[in-house]
Amino acid sequence: MESKLIILIVVILGTIALAQLMRVYELSTKLRKSGEHEVSNRDNILNARLMLGFMLFQFIGFIYLMLKYGWTGRGDAASIEGIETDWLLNLNFVVIIIIFFFTNFLLFYFSFKYVRKPGVKAFYYPHNNKLEMLWTVVPAVVLAVIIILGLKSWNKITGMSGSEAERIELFSKQFDWTARYAGPDNVLGKFDYKLTTDNNELALLTTNTIDTAIQVMMKGPNGIAAIQKILNNRDTVINDSTMNSLRIDLSRKERLLRLLVQMKAHHDSKLDKFAWDDIIQKDTLYLCKGKPYEFNFRAKDVLHSAYFPHFRAQINTVPGLTTRTKFTPTMTTEEMRVKMKDPKFNYILLCNKICGGAHYKMKMIIVVKSKADYKAWMSQKSTQNFKSKYFPAPMAAVAAMADTTLKK
Amino acid sequence: MASVAHEGHGHDHHDDHHHEEGFVSKYIFSQDHKMIGKQFLITAVFMGLVAMMLSILFRIQLAWPGESSDFLSFFLGNRWAPEGILKEDMYLGLVTIHGTIMVFFLLTGGLSGTFSNILIPLQLGARDMASGFLNMLSYWFFLISSLLMLGSLFIETGPAMAGWTIYPPLSALPQAISGSGLGMTLWLFSMAIFIAGSLIGSLNYIVTVLNLRTQGMTMTRMPLTIWAFFVTAILGVLSFPVLLSAALLLIMDRLAGTSFYLSDIIVGGEMLANHGGSPILFQHLFWFLGHPEVYIVLLPALGLSSEIIATNARKPIFGYKAMIGSILAIGFLSFIVWGHHMFVTGMNPFLGSVFVFTTLLIAIPSAVKVFNYLTTLWKGSLIFTPAMLFAIGLVSTFITGGVTGIILADSALDIAIHDTYFVVAHFHIVMGMSAVFGMFAGVYHWFPKMYGRMMNMRLGWVHFWITIVGAYGVFFPMHFVGLAGAPRRYYDYSSYMEFNENSYNMIMDLNVIITIFAIIAALGQVVFLFNFFYSIYRGPKAPQNPWNSTTLEWTTPVEHLHGNWPGALPVVHRWPYDYSKPGSDVDFIPQTVPLADGEEEH
Repeated sequence: MESKLIILIVVILGTIALAQLMRVYELSTKLRKSGEHEVSNRDNILNARLMLGFMLFQFIGFIYLMLKYGWTGRGDAASIEGIETDWLLNLNFVVIIIIFFFTNFLLFYFSFKYVRKPGVKAFYYPHNNKLEMLWTVVPAVVLAVIIILGLKSWNKITGMSGSEAERIELFSKQFDWTARYAGPDNVLGKFDYKLTTDNNELALLTTNTIDTAIQVMMKGPNGIAAIQKILNNRDTVINDSTMNSLRIDLSRKERLLRLLVQMKAHHDSKLDKFAWDDIIQKDTLYLCKGKPYEFNFRAKDVLHSAYFPHFRAQINTVPGLTTRTKFTPTMTTEEMRVKMKDPKFNYILLCNKICGGAHYKMKMIIVVKSKADYKAWMSQKSTQNFKSKYFPAPMAAVAAMADTTLKK
Repeated sequence: MASVAHEGHGHDHHDDHHHEEGFVSKYIFSQDHKMIGKQFLITAVFMGLVAMMLSILFRIQLAWPGESSDFLSFFLGNRWAPEGILKEDMYLGLVTIHGTIMVFFLLTGGLSGTFSNILIPLQLGARDMASGFLNMLSYWFFLISSLLMLGSLFIETGPAMAGWTIYPPLSALPQAISGSGLGMTLWLFSMAIFIAGSLIGSLNYIVTVLNLRTQGMTMTRMPLTIWAFFVTAILGVLSFPVLLSAALLLIMDRLAGTSFYLSDIIVGGEMLANHGGSPILFQHLFWFLGHPEVYIVLLPALGLSSEIIATNARKPIFGYKAMIGSILAIGFLSFIVWGHHMFVTGMNPFLGSVFVFTTLLIAIPSAVKVFNYLTTLWKGSLIFTPAMLFAIGLVSTFITGGVTGIILADSALDIAIHDTYFVVAHFHIVMGMSAVFGMFAGVYHWFPKMYGRMMNMRLGWVHFWITIVGAYGVFFPMHFVGLAGAPRRYYDYSSYMEFNENSYNMIMDLNVIITIFAIIAALGQVVFLFNFFYSIYRGPKAPQNPWNSTTLEWTTPVEHLHGNWPGALPVVHRWPYDYSKPGSDVDFIPQTVPLADGEEEH
């Protein structure tokens, strides 16, 4: 509290001091009899020189920052698409840096040179069609080149992947990423968010997961049965607002249950196999050098954005919509470490769309392996696919869980 | 008094029987455009100060993350900065409200609200706005929305925290972040009221410009300020309702259980039944306003600076017709470029390529404007009033921030830097700094008209040099933070320690530099505030036409009167840029002077 008081006193005293200085200044100008609307030649020239000085500050500052920090921030691009992006980015930078220097120079140089001089009248020059045409056409031509090159690149980057590309899904939620490899068949299993349960966090669609979801919805810890039990229990007293929210909860869950039952009725069990061989991978995403990847993205709760700074790739993840992007890594993590002269360097997947308090911590390390290493890792990993890991004996487990809840 | 405001053209108007207005009708519920303009200005300056303070608070966190700061605990207390360390949620709250206030309350309400009100009737030769009452209403809507927005900073769950773009589902789900509870509700209601006020104001400006021009004031004799305000008002009328509808749909998703923006969501362990909505719909609606908004902010600043540069270069603005054409072209194009904010949202890539094309087209009229400014300075006779300095500063920031827009508008390149600090640096320079510089230029230039007194010039110079050095000191290094791949809206960059320490060190070095410059620039504004308020009461009395300017506002008496001109309305005979015209003895010919025999109009 004391420090606040001191700050307050300093502010007030400072203001009063400034006001007194102003009075002194005003009295002195009154003595000199110059109005506050007239700029003396001395002051005018001082400001003109400061213009030139500022230009130097601006240019030297820019060159210093460019030399010191230039591209070092994230290193060279590590994907085929990223290399093309960087090439185009550099080209654009050359163009805009030239414009930046040229126009800022003219601006500040003119400000300096054409400062008011006694006896010199300004040159009356209201327009010149040729000049105006010049600076309409030249920018238009430069921009045409930029647009054409940009769109060529854009079409390539956003184009469809071929069948040889490995399919990976990245699932985002507050505040982490989960990867799902498509497995040996290279087809990602289908999904529906309503199928989310404890042992099916990614909501994959199979006959068993539908059954599980129905069971959980009906008899799970917060399922319909549990809510009904509370509502129908005459021994406990519930206040109106709790009662109301329980009822809303109940009707929402009944609606979801009806949809699940419909889903079961229409489900084609031939789709199951696409999901069973999928491989779920947390914490670290492993990729293979030289292999094209097709990524699908999903979001569980709010918008996120998958940002791969080193591969120059980025796409938002959207609840209710699958988005996609693709790239082909060109350097293994080891090779990049050597190049960056940093033995601890890692590729990264960051969240780049505000998604809640811990947004800044949401990330996934990416490791790019050589072909042999990747193959070894994958063959070991594929024994723990979705089915063997989460549904070794599915229905028995579900029945047991449902039983325990009902007994509660 | 009301009858005075609605004097038609050509009538003789005598104000000999001048009524003394009551305090309330003169200062509070005033229907005089000059007073309303000043009300907008003071309110907006206050809002701007608050937003600047918020930015200093989060800049301290970014430069010295996790370090206890007395400054933070002084302003945020134990709730939001326990032990002087900022809370994660509040960091996002500060960023969100900083952006919202700066874009809408300072640069829309403050810039267009202030100067459209003061200058449109004065420069057109009108007694007042078309409707004084609606004009008053527009200010009061603005004030109420300002108070609601400020109020949201003080509630228990905190202000809106979803960024100034308030993308749902984050902004729709209180389970996702605490600020999406009452804070978001207040944000939405505040903005709804703001939009209503802005619409009323804009309609009034348009009607006034079209109908209340004095005799001889053809559209092509209007100062460029008026052209800028006019197009700005049209942009506002066409685009703000779309934001209102976006906000209303969001309010319904939040309060009425609809699913416009929500689909397939599980949040806080709860499976929502909403299905079929799309968050991308919101982004389309938001940016349909959001992009024209950039020009709603920028055009008035460009208009003001055109006027100020011509006056203080003692030269006609170069290419008057081309300037009007550029304003119209920018206004039109601004409606068909919104998708460039959405290249990586999952929008169809083909649609993205259309937006690349339209966006880069905007660079052409912008380039025309820049070169016209440069040619206006060429062979001028420059007088560096504080207003002139800020106008030149505006041209510089418009260039520097504009060129990086070329990169961001190119979808293939945008992927690599979208939502990084590169973007933050870009729009702060091109839109934030340019508009703020335009606003300062306007305040310094028209202060004598607003308050009948002069501001102190030396303090103005000090203010300018601190501000421009501070501005570049903040936003130049910020580009490089972005090029290092640092995402915006990160509470800190500690996670970089785990994968790239060099990057981390670089980001931290630059963040410290940025914060120091930001604090210097913020302190520089104290000079302005002092000068502004001191001069209102104690500044030397202003002469009628302190800058030897040609436009009509300088033909009104220094003492304000309701109705602007004591006698008949002035009649206009020429364009507003007859500076240093050959054959004339003085270096400016006011618009009211008839053409001499054999004199050609420009």
